[in-house]
Amino acid sequence: MSHILLRHREIPDINQLSVYKKNGGFAAFKNAVMKMKPNEVTDVVKNSGLRGRGGAGFPTGMKWSFIDNKNWPHYVVANADESEPGTFKDREIMEGNPFQFLEGLAIGCYAVGANAAYVYLRGEFWELGSSLDEKIAEMEEAGFLGDKLFGTEYSLRIYTHLGAGAYICGEETALLESLEGKRGQPRVRPPFPPAVGLYGKPTIINNVETFTNVPMIMANGAEWHKSIGTTDSPGVKIFSLSGRVRKPGNYELPLGTTFRELIYTHGGGVQDSRKVKAIMPAGASSSLILVDDDKILDTPMDYASVRTLKADLGSASIIVVDDTVSMDWLVNKTVHFFKHESCGKCTPCREGTYWMSRISERIHDGAATRADVDLLLNVAKQMQGKCLCALGEFSTMAVVSGIERFRKDFDNAVKA
Amino acid sequence: MSLAQKYSKEVKQILSKYPPEGKRSAMMPLLFLAQREEGYITKSAMQDIAQMLDVTETEVAGVVGFYTLYHEEKAGKYRIQVCTDLPCALRGAEKFMDDLCGNLGIKVGETTSDGVVTVEAVTCLAACDKAPMFQTQGPEGIKYHENMTVDKTVELINSLKNVAEASK
Repeated sequence: MSHILLRHREIPDINQLSVYKKNGGFAAFKNAVMKMKPNEVTDVVKNSGLRGRGGAGFPTGMKWSFIDNKNWPHYVVANADESEPGTFKDREIMEGNPFQFLEGLAIGCYAVGANAAYVYLRGEFWELGSSLDEKIAEMEEAGFLGDKLFGTEYSLRIYTHLGAGAYICGEETALLESLEGKRGQPRVRPPFPPAVGLYGKPTIINNVETFTNVPMIMANGAEWHKSIGTTDSPGVKIFSLSGRVRKPGNYELPLGTTFRELIYTHGGGVQDSRKVKAIMPAGASSSLILVDDDKILDTPMDYASVRTLKADLGSASIIVVDDTVSMDWLVNKTVHFFKHESCGKCTPCREGTYWMSRISERIHDGAATRADVDLLLNVAKQMQGKCLCALGEFSTMAVVSGIERFRKDFDNAVKA
Repeated sequence: MSLAQKYSKEVKQILSKYPPEGKRSAMMPLLFLAQREEGYITKSAMQDIAQMLDVTETEVAGVVGFYTLYHEEKAGKYRIQVCTDLPCALRGAEKFMDDLCGNLGIKVGETTSDGVVTVEAVTCLAACDKAPMFQTQGPEGIKYHENMTVDKTVELINSLKNVAEASK
């Protein structure tokens, strides 16, 4: 099957405007603006069953329909903060097929009546930011952005905005704070951004991959999209495959593809032909899937099926862990990540990640006792359900699942 | 010279991206601008930005302190920021870091004696399939270097040293 999102893999130079246009580019946006009402666009996306690709899997069309039409102006923000360890798909989209992303963003703006959109890129995507600025300028020149588009009353401008290195800014309200020139600390919700977002105005925030799906849905229809993937999770997904596999990389596959197909057919299998010990399907925020039975690899990767393994698909950043890895080392890594990235706003996360990192460090150094393993588990469980945003919750996932499912690794690392 | 005088064109262009009620949004791009030349943000630059955006200096300093790509202290002209996070570590990033530091004769966080390169460990840079990898942060901005070896890195450092030498 040819790609729907990573089309640059088949169409050379699709990152050039002329080539993108030649391959149907901007026809969907033009058609929407000239011939459709904004709510009709939202309805198509709603009917397509598209779910947000940033991690939460929230229905995209439904989110768009939540925009508060009594408060203006509206804004749309593309979340290009891609910072989850194990995730590197949005970068490939924006480098390889940037116009499809920008067209999807533009369609989203029209659907919710926004005349301005921001692409919030993590600051490390410095070069990508400059290249997107050039693409946006080309779109303006070609009449796809600017005032009174296609002879209608609709106007739209898109701007890039660079973050400066903070994982938390991928959380949508922290992102808004950051975009407003503040420390990236999450807001208390509700109100949610479709009611009160950027500059206090109704705002829709979607992931890069989510927007990139939209032009093809508008061009081919909701039914076409629903015919791919599973009923619960329609469409394709870009799986970022990393860790101990022979061929790491991005693989665009229908939702519902099995772990086995991704790891063995596409990823070339495990390095040195070792055994898969665990899988983290949602990057460092994942619960560790214990692969003690080969049949687990036949689980389809869709939102509902992954949940049966007591984990979440999230952003589908599949980190493969083989049997050379001890989980006390792995958990020490993830805990240090979250401690570094905790924004410090709420106490359970700020203090919890600090203490978890102290204990996990001690375990990994061989200076701990079994009681410390229980203490680590206890701290993680105490944090759960008490943090202001998902980061705090995520920081406990690998800890709790790691200790509960791979206790032996921890016991081996400590003094009796 | 104030930031607004020195980079008048850039400052104007940055401010034009945001609505008047969202002027403060210019904070982060202005901080990158303030950092461009010396690789760190001075107190007087923070004062300039505070004045431009009608906020207090404390608020500016709060933003500077929050984000890892802003620096308040001088380091090497180029920062080599190696990702040692989980996915990269599963693909040899920690050994790469050890070998690189061994080769340069410095520890993580230290600067080479000629002041050209500081080696730092950072969290995920969204290039997990191309480990070992790092970014360089310097006067020209940020650049990715992927699928790296110590030999290739030493070669790169030598070319950075030549650039630094030439610009003296």
